[in-house]
Amino acid sequence: MARIIAGIGSSHVPAIGAALDNGRTEEPYWKRVFSGFEKSQAWMREAKPDVAIIVYNDHASAFSVEVIPTFALGCAAEFPPADEGWGPRPVPVVEGHPALASHIAQSVILDEFDLTICNKMEVDHGMTVPMNLLFGKVDKDSHWPCPVIPLAVNVVMYPPPTGHRCYMLGKAIRKAVESYPEDLKVVIFGTGGLSHQISGPRAGLINSKWDKSFLDNLSKDPKKLAQIPHIDYMREAGAEGIEMVMWLVMRGALDDKVDEVYRFYTVPASNTAVGHIILANRPRGAKAAATRRKPAGGRHKPAAGRPKRAAAQAKAQRIRS
Amino acid sequence: MARKQQAYDDIPGTFVFDAERSREGFGINMFCMSLMKEENRKAFKADEAGYLKKFKLTPAQTEAILKRDYNRMLELGGNIYFTAKLGATDGHSFQHLAAVMTGNTQQDYAEMMLAGGRSVEGNRSRSGKNAPSKFVAGAAARKPAAAKAKTKTKTKSRSAKRK
Repeated sequence: MARIIAGIGSSHVPAIGAALDNGRTEEPYWKRVFSGFEKSQAWMREAKPDVAIIVYNDHASAFSVEVIPTFALGCAAEFPPADEGWGPRPVPVVEGHPALASHIAQSVILDEFDLTICNKMEVDHGMTVPMNLLFGKVDKDSHWPCPVIPLAVNVVMYPPPTGHRCYMLGKAIRKAVESYPEDLKVVIFGTGGLSHQISGPRAGLINSKWDKSFLDNLSKDPKKLAQIPHIDYMREAGAEGIEMVMWLVMRGALDDKVDEVYRFYTVPASNTAVGHIILANRPRGAKAAATRRKPAGGRHKPAAGRPKRAAAQAKAQRIRS
Repeated sequence: MARKQQAYDDIPGTFVFDAERSREGFGINMFCMSLMKEENRKAFKADEAGYLKKFKLTPAQTEAILKRDYNRMLELGGNIYFTAKLGATDGHSFQHLAAVMTGNTQQDYAEMMLAGGRSVEGNRSRSGKNAPSKFVAGAAARKPAAAKAKTKTKTKSRSAKRK
């Protein structure tokens, strides 16, 4: 059975990609950003996922204003990097996982999420920047460490799908992944945000208080986040900050209770607050073993679960500090 | 036809790219999209007004493009991810466009960002709806009564002044 082991939230600021592509990562401004992802890359090397599902948005690259799908799932065997006006980013072609992708499509559509299927699609910085942040720099002629299933969400034209819809789609994706027969370790990315506005006279808006609260609730109380109306995102986190709803697809695909493995936040990268989080599902084996030890009937947590949780939290703390 | 007023028109300095703007601004955005190709960038730069005739644009939209009035383009249905392509065609960085839209010099804008960006305080609402969202930790605990009263007295129509 395939299984989602962790969710990753990451901003996808285009200037981060440009800094990487132009060899500017050692400049103090950019070093501040990139150093926040060093531990994440180490975590990713250890996690060795077999597949990554990446929830992102296209920025007038693959989709113009002619076709605006709300949710578009990439089922192709490969996704070339798009030319965003300066030539395609010098990163490898993104390999897909058509078998799992079409399985997910079939499962979630029958669960009443009417996805658009993309069998040919280019991907822009919205996807490749978080890949670089988590997988590190990868030579153009080399390969990304794992295949990727892109899920493009419309957050460009108002209204994007609601946070609640995104959260529920995450749950449907999880169900789909868990019904896939092959043993695969899957990670899911939610990308974009955090607070930023890049359009109009209010451009430059940053709301760190909002962002911190969002990250806290993402970890501990995602159902609360799923209730946030669009106008609150736009008012508090900027017109373009609304793309944070994409993180809720990722969160919906995880267990209700997760361990926060790592978090990073810095302002600014270009016009944006950079946020990043890694949330890990607790190992199934441990949970099952703990439940077995406990006689049936009790609704409260098994006593054996507590020290494990404390240990996991302590570990998360160590990684964070 | 006058634009239908929306609750989010109360957000200051913001033109939400909604379905109505998307429809009205189709020509602006398709023009901007065409600038992804080098030969089109060249043709546009050689004869801007002539090139724009290939797209369905209102006189106001054409004028905004020729004058590089980025806020007006947004108001008339342009979307920032598209209009940024016009900026790039002119050889400008995105931060240059942001500075233009906010009425700053590029240096002042860059310094504002380095200092933590534009604060949300005082920038939430045209109509004075400046209490923080109840979804921000601490906001609800601080003024629960005020926050509740706000949502209840929300008016349907607002006089959203345009700049």
